[in-house]
Amino acid sequence: MADSSTLQTTQTADHELVAASAGGEVASFEKEKLSLVEKTHRFFHANPTAAPAIVLLLAVIAFSVIIGDRFLHPFNMSLILQQVTIIGILGIAQTLIILTAGIDLSVGAIMVLTSVIMGKMAIDIGLPAEIALLAGIAAGAIAGYINGILVTLFRLPPFIVTLGTWNIFFALNLWYSKSETIRSQAIEQTAPLLHWTGRTVEFFGAKLTYGSLLMVALFALIWYALNWTAWGKHVYATGDDPGAASLAGIRTNRILMSVYIVAGAICAIGAWALIGRIGSVSPQAGMTANLDSITAVVIGGCSLFGGRGSIFGTLIGALVVGVFRNGLALAGVDVLWQEFTVGLLIIVAVGMDQWIRKV
Amino acid sequence: MNNDKTTVLQARGLVKRYGHVTALDGADFDLYPGEILAVIGDNGAGKSSLIKALSGALVPDKGTVSLDNKTVNFKSPMDARNAGIETVYQNLAVAPSLDIADNLYLGREQLRPGILGKVFRMLDKKAMHDNARQKLSELGLLTIQNINQAVETLSGGQRQGVAVARSAAFAKHVVIMDEPTAALGVKESRRVLNLIKDVRDRGLSVVLISHNMPHVFEVADRIHIHRLGKRHAVIKPDTHTMSEAVAIMTGAMDPHDHAAGAFAA
Repeated sequence: MADSSTLQTTQTADHELVAASAGGEVASFEKEKLSLVEKTHRFFHANPTAAPAIVLLLAVIAFSVIIGDRFLHPFNMSLILQQVTIIGILGIAQTLIILTAGIDLSVGAIMVLTSVIMGKMAIDIGLPAEIALLAGIAAGAIAGYINGILVTLFRLPPFIVTLGTWNIFFALNLWYSKSETIRSQAIEQTAPLLHWTGRTVEFFGAKLTYGSLLMVALFALIWYALNWTAWGKHVYATGDDPGAASLAGIRTNRILMSVYIVAGAICAIGAWALIGRIGSVSPQAGMTANLDSITAVVIGGCSLFGGRGSIFGTLIGALVVGVFRNGLALAGVDVLWQEFTVGLLIIVAVGMDQWIRKV
Repeated sequence: MNNDKTTVLQARGLVKRYGHVTALDGADFDLYPGEILAVIGDNGAGKSSLIKALSGALVPDKGTVSLDNKTVNFKSPMDARNAGIETVYQNLAVAPSLDIADNLYLGREQLRPGILGKVFRMLDKKAMHDNARQKLSELGLLTIQNINQAVETLSGGQRQGVAVARSAAFAKHVVIMDEPTAALGVKESRRVLNLIKDVRDRGLSVVLISHNMPHVFEVADRIHIHRLGKRHAVIKPDTHTMSEAVAIMTGAMDPHDHAAGAFAA
């Protein structure tokens, strides 16, 4: 435009003229030589699931060497899968929340409360098992909705909100169940559907429960939603930088609400798996599930600061915990060392995340 | 005034008060097709309020905004975007952990045709990646080789490039850029200034908010000087010097006193 103008030329600062002769490779990448540490860093930064996957692989190899066939037997493998089913399902819910830079301490309480609702509806009230199941899932969604309202509308920190609702949901569960357990036989007679998740299918000597298969299906479903739908991209963007996300036109509060509601419903599906696994409906079950689900997510490489992590990382994280517990138990190591190992894994995983997040 | 020319974006008598503070005090604004209009003003002159009113981030108490001579009432940035006005924010509004293509399409993702898109809401990743690649190459940013690269691995200039490419790709009328060179080095600024000219040469109108006088004087066709909540003067880079612009902006000089006879509001 005004290149011909003499004023223009005099007004272009001298330093600019110097820079103009310096070549224009501003937006290009130099092929610099990277050290091994930098290469490793870039690899893990681009593949957040790689670290837990390597840990899982190494653990399986180590226990196979130490324990041998007893560990590697398909039956034992399927046992590990059964043992991680409930934590895996709650881990899916937890991953969604943590991706939005939140944390959900109430997942275990929602699971227990909704398992009691399913049991009471089917056994005490005598509704068809399908209706009881749906009522439980709806109750889970409502519980998630309450968390979501407190986080979005009242702008309270998710940690405090779910610390509160953890206690509230757990108290409601004790009140509604009158602290009584619904026996396994009663469920088997009147609502066998609630036990479906505990039934097994034989598969080359492995005993897979429908609950485990349900978990895998849920992982696949949420993986699809996170990676192949706009909703998933918006969940990541909201967790990454909520301000930027809303300027880009994303209604972040809606995204947060949907995440809490879906997480609540998934916890209720976890309740179905819980009933199948323990047979009865116990208001005291699943007490440690909250923290175990966070453990699985963190070991799976999800960043507690939000926006970073993969859903299959959580599955791997849950399996890492399952493999360590199972392997150490088979090796005859005292239970306290299982706890010790899991604690160590958490700290190493978070340390890894801090390092990987640096660009 | 200036009714002989058609404006792309026009504002008349915008007023915005925050309690006792008057941010906009009857501000006017005119943007013509295919021009770069710089908006300058001292801190607190109300230029960011003006820009927010034009981009839908703020609803004025009084006054009208019209796009293509039709009055518009933007309630949110989304309304302005849907009307064809894109804004590049100073903080860029990109999601660092998402890749370049994801960021270009953030908030307006494309779905697969047919049942996959309608029922399963499946993203058309291939189309979005191809289009993103095309947009970047049109703007001379093809040196960003890997469209799957996370934005956080890019330099400041490259990120700015992504943000500008996003606005240029989707804007139908106007691109508003808030301090696009503020955080950049000399060479990166140069790149972004060339991008701004490219966007103008593609037929879009550009509103450039900047404190950097050399940059303003290099790329702007006209300069809107904002002072005390309203349009104080409009000058041209070839009739005024930078020091005159600063003098008008700070009130040290009356725009009418200038020989070139600047249009003063």
